[in-house]
Amino acid sequence: MSRIDTTFEKLKQQNRKALIPFITAGDPAQAFTVPLMHGLVQAGADVLELGVPFSDPMADGPTIQRASERALKNGMSLRGVLDLVAEFRKQDATTPVVLMGYGNPIEAMGWEAFAQRCAEVGVDGALTVDFPPEESHEAFEHLQAHGIAPIFLLAPTTKEARIEQVAKLARGYVYYVSLKGVTGAGNLDLSAIEEKLPQLRRHIKLPIGVGFGIRDAATAKAVAKLCDGVVVGSRIVQEIEDSTEQNVVANVGRLVQELRVAIDNEKE
Amino acid sequence: MTYSYPDLQGHFGQFGGVYMAETLIPAVEELRDQYLRFRDDPEFKAEFEYELKHYVGRPSPIYHAKRLSDDLGGAQIYLKREDLNHTGAHKINNAIGQALLAKRMGKKRVIAETGAGMHGVATATVAARFGMECIVYMGAEDIQRQAPNVFRMKLLGATVVPVESGSRTLKDACNEAIRDWVTNVETTFYIFGTAAGPHPYPMMVRDFQCVIGNEARVQMPEMIGRQPDAVIACVGGGSNAIGLFHPYIEVPDVQIIGVEAGGHGIASGQHAAPLTANSKVGVLHGNKVYLIQDENGQIIETHSISAGLDYPGVGPEHCLLKDIGRAQYVAINDDEALAAFDALCRFEGIIPALESSHALAHAMKIAPSMAKDKVLLVNLSGRGDKDMNTVANLKGITL
Repeated sequence: MSRIDTTFEKLKQQNRKALIPFITAGDPAQAFTVPLMHGLVQAGADVLELGVPFSDPMADGPTIQRASERALKNGMSLRGVLDLVAEFRKQDATTPVVLMGYGNPIEAMGWEAFAQRCAEVGVDGALTVDFPPEESHEAFEHLQAHGIAPIFLLAPTTKEARIEQVAKLARGYVYYVSLKGVTGAGNLDLSAIEEKLPQLRRHIKLPIGVGFGIRDAATAKAVAKLCDGVVVGSRIVQEIEDSTEQNVVANVGRLVQELRVAIDNEKE
Repeated sequence: MTYSYPDLQGHFGQFGGVYMAETLIPAVEELRDQYLRFRDDPEFKAEFEYELKHYVGRPSPIYHAKRLSDDLGGAQIYLKREDLNHTGAHKINNAIGQALLAKRMGKKRVIAETGAGMHGVATATVAARFGMECIVYMGAEDIQRQAPNVFRMKLLGATVVPVESGSRTLKDACNEAIRDWVTNVETTFYIFGTAAGPHPYPMMVRDFQCVIGNEARVQMPEMIGRQPDAVIACVGGGSNAIGLFHPYIEVPDVQIIGVEAGGHGIASGQHAAPLTANSKVGVLHGNKVYLIQDENGQIIETHSISAGLDYPGVGPEHCLLKDIGRAQYVAINDDEALAAFDALCRFEGIIPALESSHALAHAMKIAPSMAKDKVLLVNLSGRGDKDMNTVANLKGITL
């Protein structure tokens, strides 16, 4: 059983929801990524989404764009991100790590080399924002061959036939984008999520994580009631941007702890 | 030879496709279905042709640049005068087509990206013409070098949004327009300016621009009794070029030459010529194409004197035409383009856009070694009024 499946199975037995924080690798600097990852786990994260910076992050809002720019300026690359995961795995053999980013850096490295290196360093899943299922056949073969879960986005605009198609290909969990817009936008519509989820559940047997637009403990708690996992990205990246090198790990830890408490109290 | 691209999924061989975030997939699918529904609709075609004739002023003439050709002493250079279109460039052909489609799809808000500003002006123009709200995204760097076009768009009622991210040029304007589209997908039609992006854009933009080559195929025999020996056009994303080239793909014995922006020279690394520089295949802005990138797959900042060619990618059909050998792609450096710009001003009384000056420069380069009865047809894709500031600066003149 994969680390992702084991994690969600355990959470289900405990009747808890997953907390899935996102940070961009190499932000604010490469030396901080592994300490931040361990800090996230200590603060209560169940799955880590590690952003691979890209020069043209079309699906991201200004917060994550700036994080990508900082990381690239610091010399971060896809190979470098994979090395950081290897470093993280020296002290953490159980927390699932999912890489999230755009397809071109992987195309440049080659899907086979990428999937192989993912398996070596202990990456569990890959989410490629701009590679929909139609264009991902070759990519999947390589990911599947090395046991790396392809993670897919679904959106409020996704039609039922596509949900079915994604259900067949997805592994690990499915990431439901809770709003029409880029990452970090503020207009979260809970009733729209509530309406869409039964349609998703009809086809998708995997856990469903919800993200985009989750800004604080209150929204995290409200979203946790509806799904299996809460993804928080821009809010954490904003905290990194607002912190100093001295307090960044502590600040991010405190924020994630608050989210953890809120999610665990979702039934109140 | 039968040439039939793209396939139903928008692939030109290994190129093209639909590489978009899930949120936009339904939007591009709707666009594809609606375009396929209307492209052969007699009423749609009639309205498009009416607008091209009465609003744009088509057909655009072909002009024999005789003094320039005589001075070069070789092949005869003919110019397809897209610079004489309403708004001063080929961009209006496509903007009209997409606006008519937007109207049929009930979208009242249109957005666009622009580099040199010609596509922004064309979009602002059709938005005014059809009563639509218009937002144009433009890199902050380009806003500086193309100030007259920015003012023109504002006069036409458009909102011009400066883009400060990344290299602050065309590719970043594309990113920002895509972000707007994701957010406002239900109300908004994205009038994309070049024959690239996710399917159906490369096919649709090509179809609307093919009026250029279709006219030329009729006009050339009328003028000289035969087709030209070569058709030449500048290639950024490549919409004016594919509009001229596509109708000639299956015409035997017509050489097809695309001219990319060589910037400071291919060897300098400061250029915008992915095909000439043998860049690797990559994925950006919704399609798989040859792409200027570093070894880690990050997009590199490009350089060209001409904002309209300053783009790291190129349309997927040009990538295919290169691979199958039907078209040849070359690069012209900034200084060569400027020399051609000057030559056309002085010999023919025509001020060309810096983009089109690249195509002209290549024709001027090869003409002298060709026989005098050979004919080169150059797509003069736009006029140079917008480039006054850039050219003056380069000559050390303050306007």
